[in-house]
Amino acid sequence: MSSRCPVSLLFLLPLTLVACHRETRDYESDALLSNDRPVAFGANAYHLAQGQRLYAWMNCAGCHAHGGGGMGPPLRDDEWRYGGSMEQMVATILDGRPHGMPAFRDKITEDQAWQLATFVRAMSGRARQDMLAGRADEPANVEPLTLDSRKPVRRVTPKQDDATEE
Amino acid sequence: MKRAFAISAVFALGGCGGIQSAAGRDGMEGSLIGGLFEVFLWTTAAVYLFVLAYLAIALVRGRRHRREAAGLQGQPPPDADRKWRTGLIVFTGATALILAGLTIATWLTDRALAKAEQDSPVEIEVIGHQWWWEVRYDDPIPSRMVRTANELHLPVGRNARITLKSNDVIHSLWVPNLAGKQDLIPGRIADLVLHPERTGVFRAQCAEFCGLQHAKMALDVTVESEADFGRWKAAQLRPPPVPTGGGALAGYSLFQSRQCSSCHAIAGTPASGMVAPDLSHVASRRTIAAGTLPTTHANLAAWIDDPQAVKPGNNMPEVPLTEAELGAVTAYLETLK
Repeated sequence: MSSRCPVSLLFLLPLTLVACHRETRDYESDALLSNDRPVAFGANAYHLAQGQRLYAWMNCAGCHAHGGGGMGPPLRDDEWRYGGSMEQMVATILDGRPHGMPAFRDKITEDQAWQLATFVRAMSGRARQDMLAGRADEPANVEPLTLDSRKPVRRVTPKQDDATEE
Repeated sequence: MKRAFAISAVFALGGCGGIQSAAGRDGMEGSLIGGLFEVFLWTTAAVYLFVLAYLAIALVRGRRHRREAAGLQGQPPPDADRKWRTGLIVFTGATALILAGLTIATWLTDRALAKAEQDSPVEIEVIGHQWWWEVRYDDPIPSRMVRTANELHLPVGRNARITLKSNDVIHSLWVPNLAGKQDLIPGRIADLVLHPERTGVFRAQCAEFCGLQHAKMALDVTVESEADFGRWKAAQLRPPPVPTGGGALAGYSLFQSRQCSSCHAIAGTPASGMVAPDLSHVASRRTIAAGTLPTTHANLAAWIDDPQAVKPGNNMPEVPLTEAELGAVTAYLETLK
């Protein structure tokens, strides 16, 4: 019995190496050159955290609040006027949209737009659970993203949206 | 082996001199505490040597007694008891006196420090960021407030009360030449009083691990005469002139129209970003990127070209600029004296 113990330990040994996998942080814009940017940015906790930082720095909360919306539409729900995919969100951020969304091209870099989109995507519960931070960087009256449920993307046209508001 | 010891001894002494000296004799707190340390060191050293000498005498005399006792088998001398009692009383009394003396010395040092903190200080606010220092000189008149980064100017012989805040994680401000360190904790306000007694340029650094570039989070502390300090502050209050032509003008418009102005501020221009170091007088500072590189043309250009190569993980992005644009922005920043 006791002689078999070291052998079983030997089998367990590879399991301890599982913890050695560390997410790579991509400081140079390798992710931007990747063929699959939604994964290179969207599945990376570092880019998500940087996106959260930029959300505060670029005063996105000024219009969208902490996702609940205000002057701008809410970001934590399932409705997307201009599309909810990463590429569409990056286009919205860089080029702006009618009725208020300013263009951030030349205000932030393309890398940073992708990082922001990663965070905004996570706001509607579409990021992997293990990428999310347990608490927000600043006090907010919304529950942490980890408690949020996944929202399917539902397309609404701005016109329909106006009609429902009236 | 001996050689290795000699080399490591030299390294150990490296912390005792120059612009970043752990001996800390250039400020009032450092010199008062240093003086107290010497009092303790020499007193305890004297007591230690005395005890060792006593022990040595006891060993020698004990042997002689035993030899004599073997020959004589006699009684101990009649006055031995009295001798012992006197000795013990003197020893206990001396111990009490020395301890009382050290307590009084500590109390006097503490009072001297507390008294020094009472006179009218320069009010400064230092905010820790990953990985740079934001420095604000407060003034009752808002237009006389100075905002700078990664440098601290202090008038000699006067108190500077520094309010410490953090924007993200725990940092710690340590100016080893002047005083001990003090933590900057997010959501809390701490303070630290510096009283420099010697003019000069010292190096301070973050003394609490705060992330990837913790090692490259330093700041220059310039201690100067009251007049020089006044001149420096007046220069900081003047907005830098807008260039009138050449590469610097092109750099100015690039700075305003591109990513730079989203995060950085330059006094007197539309650039008013508050999340990155204020660049109003960046060329007057000794170093860039929080003590990482000396301020030279080549270093400025290298930093703007690819900040992630110099300080990986910092929050300044690589802004896509052509070679001509990079030269223009660098030329503009160099005019910000």
